[in-house]
Amino acid sequence: MSRPIPEVNAGSTADIAFLLLIFFLVTTTMGADSGLQRRLPPMPDENQKVEDIKINRRNTFIVKISERDGILAGGQVIDISQLKDLAVEFLSNPNNLENLPEREEKFIEGFGKFAVSKGVISLQNTRGTSYNVYLKVQNELVKAVNEVRDEFAMQNFGKKYAALTEDEQRICRDAVPQNISEAEPKDIKK
Amino acid sequence: MAKFSRKGSKSMPAISTASLPDVVFMLLFFFMVSTSFRQTDQKVVIKLPEASEAAKLERKDLASYIYVGTPIISEQAKFGTDARIQLNDSFKTVDDIRDFVAASRETMSENDRQLMVVSIKADENVRMGIITDIKQELRRCSALKIMYGARRGAAATESE
Repeated sequence: MSRPIPEVNAGSTADIAFLLLIFFLVTTTMGADSGLQRRLPPMPDENQKVEDIKINRRNTFIVKISERDGILAGGQVIDISQLKDLAVEFLSNPNNLENLPEREEKFIEGFGKFAVSKGVISLQNTRGTSYNVYLKVQNELVKAVNEVRDEFAMQNFGKKYAALTEDEQRICRDAVPQNISEAEPKDIKK
Repeated sequence: MAKFSRKGSKSMPAISTASLPDVVFMLLFFFMVSTSFRQTDQKVVIKLPEASEAAKLERKDLASYIYVGTPIISEQAKFGTDARIQLNDSFKTVDDIRDFVAASRETMSENDRQLMVVSIKADENVRMGIITDIKQELRRCSALKIMYGARRGAAATESE
C-alpha cells in the first residue's frame, strides 16, 4: 500500500553551502591582533605630592625622539640601526663598567640569587614625533630586551627564550626585566 | 580476448558530484569557526606601523580598541583630515575615553576586568601628541594594560 517516498533532490545543497561559504569568506577577518604590549605607570594621586624617584644617572638610558624624528640616545645623536646594540650594551653591562648600570642581588624563585641590572630605559618624545618612528624605537628596545633574555636563557638553560617552559620564561623575565619607562608628559612640553 | 569493450566511448560518464556538498561544508565549517565578525565600521584610515617584535594578543575578548587616524574620504567633509579618535562606531574626543573604558569594563566578567587590554590602533603617520593624550587619559582611568597595534613585519632596521 505504502507508496515509495520520492527522494528529495539534494543537488542544490552544494549551491546553498557555496552561498554560505562565500558569505563567511567575505565577512571573515582572519588577521590576528598583534602589537607591542606595554604597561602604563599608574597615575599619581593629585593630592599627593609628586616625589621624584631618584634614579642614579648611570642607571638610566635616555632615548629622546625629537620633533623631526631624530633619535638621541645616551646623549648622542644616533641612527635607529645603532639603537639596539646600545641598549643591549646598557642592559647587560658585560664588563661591569662604571658608567653603565649597577646590579643588585635579587632572589628569583626557582633559580636562586642573581644580580639583576637596575637599568631603566627612559623613552621621551615630543608631541610632533611621528607614531611610526616612536613604535620603531619601542620595537628596537623590545628587541634589545629580548636579545638579553635570549642570552640569559642560553647561558642558564641552553635554549632560546621562546623554547623554554613557562616557569623558566618567568625566571628569565625576572632576571632581565623590561624596564622601559615612558616619560610623563610634563617632560615633553617645550 | 580482453573485455575492454569500447561501448559508449563517445559519451563520458558524468563525474559524481555527490561528495561536493561535503567538501564545501567542510570549508564552510572551517570559516564559520575561525571567523570573527567585524564589530565596528572603520571610519578612519589606518595603516599600522611595522614591528618585528610584535606579539600576538592572546585573548581577543579582553581587548577594546581605540582607532586613531585620518577620517575616510566620505567623512572628511564633516570631520576634516586631521587625525581623529574613533571609539566604537563614531568619532570621539579624548574626554570620551573614560566612558568608553567604563563601558567596556562593564561588559567583561568580574575576573577579566583587571586583564583588560586597550589596543591602540593608530596610523603610522599620526603624531605622538594625540597618542600621549590618550595614554594620559587611560592612566587616569587606570586602564594600564595597553597595546600598540603593529603589523608583524620586516625588521625595522637593516643592520642584520
